[in-house]
Amino acid sequence: MATTLHLGFIDYSILVTYFALVLGVGFALRRSTKSSTDFFLSGRSIPAWVAGLAFLSANMGAQELIGMAASGAKYGIATSHFYWIGAIPAMVFIGVFMMPFYYGSKARSVPEYLRMRFDEKTRGFNAITFATMTVFSSGISMYAMGLLLGVLLGWDFHVSVLVSAAIVMLYIFLGGLTSAIYNEVMQFFLIVAGFIPLVFLGLRDVGGWAGLSARLATTATKAGFAPGAYTHSWKYMGHAASNPMGVEWFGLVMGLGFVLSFGYWTTDFLVVQRAMAADSMSAARRTPLIAAFPKMLFPFLVILPGMIAIALTTQAGSGFALPAKPDGTLNYDMTVPMMLGHYFPSGLLGLGLTALLASFMSGMAGNVTAFNTVWTYDIYQAYLKKDASDQHLLWMGRMATVFGIALSVATAYLTTQFNNIMDMLQLVFAFVNAPLFATFLLGMFWRRTTGHAAFFGLLSGTLAAAIHHGLTLPRGSVAGIKGGWLGGPLHVYPSEMAQNFWTAIWAWSVCFGVTIIVSLVTRPRPDDELRGLVYSLTERPNTAGDAWYLRPGPLAGVLLSMTLVLNVIFF
Amino acid sequence: MNLDIRIPIGMLFTILGVLLTGYGVVADHNIYQRSLGYNVNLSWGLVLLAFGIVMLLLGRRRPGSDVPR
Repeated sequence: MATTLHLGFIDYSILVTYFALVLGVGFALRRSTKSSTDFFLSGRSIPAWVAGLAFLSANMGAQELIGMAASGAKYGIATSHFYWIGAIPAMVFIGVFMMPFYYGSKARSVPEYLRMRFDEKTRGFNAITFATMTVFSSGISMYAMGLLLGVLLGWDFHVSVLVSAAIVMLYIFLGGLTSAIYNEVMQFFLIVAGFIPLVFLGLRDVGGWAGLSARLATTATKAGFAPGAYTHSWKYMGHAASNPMGVEWFGLVMGLGFVLSFGYWTTDFLVVQRAMAADSMSAARRTPLIAAFPKMLFPFLVILPGMIAIALTTQAGSGFALPAKPDGTLNYDMTVPMMLGHYFPSGLLGLGLTALLASFMSGMAGNVTAFNTVWTYDIYQAYLKKDASDQHLLWMGRMATVFGIALSVATAYLTTQFNNIMDMLQLVFAFVNAPLFATFLLGMFWRRTTGHAAFFGLLSGTLAAAIHHGLTLPRGSVAGIKGGWLGGPLHVYPSEMAQNFWTAIWAWSVCFGVTIIVSLVTRPRPDDELRGLVYSLTERPNTAGDAWYLRPGPLAGVLLSMTLVLNVIFF
Repeated sequence: MNLDIRIPIGMLFTILGVLLTGYGVVADHNIYQRSLGYNVNLSWGLVLLAFGIVMLLLGRRRPGSDVPR
């Protein structure tokens, strides 16, 4: 695939400016990083809007930009479900209902909250799986970055991986979480600055939304769908066979909207850590709500380019086509880079690539800061050195940053050798994550929930996910990494996505059921020990005196109404 | 925190704005065939420059700013 873009002097100048500023922030923050709380929680001093944008950016790694544009090309506007039915309701929920415990309990991490609410073994289970997962996912995204830059710019894989890893390591080592957060906020603005011109030019080219719809109607009929299948998000969700996603509305709403999205946005320490760093309870609760406003508009920045790309690809003579993979299918992951190369002249091209690189780096930084915190507080201090002084923990955090990055780089290289092992690991982590939200929901809202119940609920939910995956297959796949490895298959899903959603639904339901049953037969903790940890025993933060735009309730109302309107417009 | 985040953001976008605007003025107009004939470097560069300057001004005003400590 010879799609190498040519960068000029101006493009490199832009890239170098960004790197210099990123490192400059790290050095500037070094002096104010004096205690472990400074390093791991930014001294709980981050203003709401900064925490909010970082909350959003930490999640906006490569998966978001590359992946969501790829999905836009593959599934059309239905990709917006990941935002308008998935992320936004979950972000509203964590801000309104969960932050009072997370922030109020003064837990320093999600696993630590689990220890306070349940017991040591539940914390240990979560801490170890989470720490492993962050290292692997940052390694896998490093690998993806090295590969992409190689294809795109002809850059050497080793140079791409090692240089970006070194930069991220340096700025986190120096300034800890604050450094990561500051850079995430810069990255947010960079991505917006890089993508607005892309959407503008793309839409101009295809004749606006009307022109795009007309072109996508041809794309849809060619693929055997109704003409509006790429431009309506709900209309064709009645049956899995009538939309390109291959999912029906129930699996979508329950699997993606409820289990997966709530599970990710409310329990993943990678994002929760940003809210825990906020400077007050009020700011912590507003963090996810502030993040939700730009999140709601991101489909226009990342999904539209994908839709434009597929419309141009299926139209003969448009002068643009997505490249094909060796097996003949389109390489959707090349959507963003190809579109940048197609519309951006030298200069703006440098900005677009810098935005892309920034997203890779901040995704990595999000993983590394979550890893060093969980490692230091929930593994090292909890099990290895209980009497560690604060200065020792700060030192350990810096060391964890170094070896966390080193392990990620090792993972990236391992992935070049054994692609399947990484796929398998990601699968295992998906099993571990799927039931987690059931544990949190019960733990926070039903004070009867016990530690034994949480642990065995999680374990059986994970097992249920594995069994479900092992007994089902997406259509057209062979037994193995895609499922069906336990024999069968008992059920064939119309698409891989449908299988994922239902795996999550099964895991959640089993965890929910088992946790309730075990809770009823084990001894609950006395109410006194649960104050500030469960809903019914926690004082609601008093917000009556604040202006409406500082109160979570009214903000949540505005967010949900706007999301509803967007769903209706693109119905 | 000693460092107001608006300062590095302002610096980044001011520099990027200057680079893009400058390049938009001097570069051969043929490169804009890709961008449908628009001189996007010049116009978008000016937008980024304005954003950068606003951020620098907001970050510079220490008293009354919302950054604690």
